[in-house]
Amino acid sequence: MTLPAPLLDIENLEVTFRTEENSVTPVRGVSLRVDAGRTTALVGESGSGKSVTSLAVMGLLPRPAGSISAGAIRFRMKSGETSNLASLAPDVMQRLRGSEIAMIFQEPMTSLNPVLTVGEQIAEQVRYHTGMNASAAMRRAEEMLGLVEIPDAVRRATEYPHQMSGGMRQRVMIALAMSCNPRLLIADEPTTALDVTIQAQILALIDRLRKEHEMGVLFITHNLGVVAEVADDVTVMYAGEVVESADVRTLFRNPRHPYTQALINCLPARALPGADGRRVVRSIPGAVASAAGVSGCKFAPRCAHTLAACHVSHPALETIDGGQTIRCCRWRDL
Amino acid sequence: MLVNIARRLAAMLAVMFIVATMVFFLTRLAPGDPASLMLGDQATAADVAQLRKTFGLDQPLIVQYVLWLKEVASGNLGQSIFLQRPVLQAIGERAEPTFFLALFSILIAAVIGIPAGIASAVWRGRHADQVASGLAMLAASIPSFWLGLLFMQFFAVRLGWFPVAGYGDPGAGLVQRLYHLVLPATVLGIVNSALITRFTRASMLDVLSEDYVRTARAKGLPEHRIILRHALGNTLVPIITVVGLTAALLIGGAIITETVFGLPGIGNLVVSAVLRRDYPVIQGALIVIAGIYVIINFAIDVIYTLVDPRVKT
Repeated sequence: MTLPAPLLDIENLEVTFRTEENSVTPVRGVSLRVDAGRTTALVGESGSGKSVTSLAVMGLLPRPAGSISAGAIRFRMKSGETSNLASLAPDVMQRLRGSEIAMIFQEPMTSLNPVLTVGEQIAEQVRYHTGMNASAAMRRAEEMLGLVEIPDAVRRATEYPHQMSGGMRQRVMIALAMSCNPRLLIADEPTTALDVTIQAQILALIDRLRKEHEMGVLFITHNLGVVAEVADDVTVMYAGEVVESADVRTLFRNPRHPYTQALINCLPARALPGADGRRVVRSIPGAVASAAGVSGCKFAPRCAHTLAACHVSHPALETIDGGQTIRCCRWRDL
Repeated sequence: MLVNIARRLAAMLAVMFIVATMVFFLTRLAPGDPASLMLGDQATAADVAQLRKTFGLDQPLIVQYVLWLKEVASGNLGQSIFLQRPVLQAIGERAEPTFFLALFSILIAAVIGIPAGIASAVWRGRHADQVASGLAMLAASIPSFWLGLLFMQFFAVRLGWFPVAGYGDPGAGLVQRLYHLVLPATVLGIVNSALITRFTRASMLDVLSEDYVRTARAKGLPEHRIILRHALGNTLVPIITVVGLTAALLIGGAIITETVFGLPGIGNLVVSAVLRRDYPVIQGALIVIAGIYVIINFAIDVIYTLVDPRVKT
């Protein structure tokens, strides 16, 4: 699948955090793309660099320690023009946030300002990016709350976050994100903190909005079940690198990287019968290696198929048939 | 809502009762006797006894207490032993300089402390933070009487910009009287700004790491708006607490500064009453100060409900 111009095209991104004593590189060699109207899931364990990657796209790496030290983040704007977000001036980047690229977060309970009404919080963004007057912006906020299926939106707009449930607040966050018609929505584990039933509603809502607005979604999650539900394309990260990417069917049917294979085998549906006959959910032995310190393949210490060469040479990300990419020196023989 | 307010009022009355009781017995614990102090060394024992009887000081302590409490409950703080007038009137005459001194001091302290605290948090670890935190430390360590003397020497004696001390000649206009407060209010403002700076800095740092500040950044808002609207709005509760409590302390506690600058305020009144064992004045002044303290605390709680929608009355 090769669409002409992706909405978001990250190439060889490297993020470095510098402190006075040392520097660490939590993300290196990350390449991924998000196409307009499609959802790319970014999958990985905690600490694999998913969130850092998303913050780099938003230009919200913690300053002054964090910075993009290599690579490009090409983004096609509403105007049709493509710019490299990695090299934009902070004030230009600031104007893109909220209007071209929006983000929703994992914690709906704490992501909204407790002392402002939800209507004010949405209207504020609309006013800042569009120059609408206060009452028009408030009407837009009410309209957005209706769009995310909050009943009685006009009255709800005057409420404070603490008067709403977690699922309701996440809807507000989505309304906020959608209020300036962004081209790209970054959703960082948006359903992890929610009940399963609410989770399904929120996923359906994001999916509906994506279709209606031809918006690209970068969906960050550690939950492969969610990936199967929402994603068109999947990028798998391990220890700060992309190890495999493919469209969702290919990835689940024919995972090439040992890490992806192991992840899929950890799904409850793939649990194996244990000694006492009860099914046991599998896990990957070991823990995520730190991005530094491993010279060869980062996954080699936990991999079941390691050869001596795996510990020595660091594999490159190769593109194979059908646009699938993989970072493993043994993908041909596995 | 109404039940809550009633409960608050009951609690305030209970506090005032405890304060009144403590004030009564603590003042009596100090050695000395107003009658003998008033009559001097030459007085005969009979004269002293006669005067004690006039003031009711010959009665058992518990009887004096009950009689006094009855009067206080009906709003009568009694008669000063030395000043020949009701205690409330004596306090009223001294209230103006104390009130304005507290008001201006707290304004100056807030105007210095809040921006310094914000700057210090926003530029944490940078030069602005080091300068602001260093100055706050300095201000907190300087005794107010010493800074008062220093200011007096420099601004009043050497430069002659402000009056050295006092509250203007009798019959001086309001502007003239307030002019006398510039130096003492600045001194108290500087000294009290330290605590406000540190409080503002600490709560601002807490808030700046909150998720909703990250959301505000993700909305693409300019940094000044994030700090002044989203972060500051959430630090108002602790800031109001510390500003309010400082104000309450200043109402009753600017005794040293009033003494240094010779201001005829309540602090001065209390000091001279203590020296003369003028029990009714000490008791009355302390009760009024405690009452103001309680009322300011209540006001702080009411303001909370205005700045933070999560707080219920």
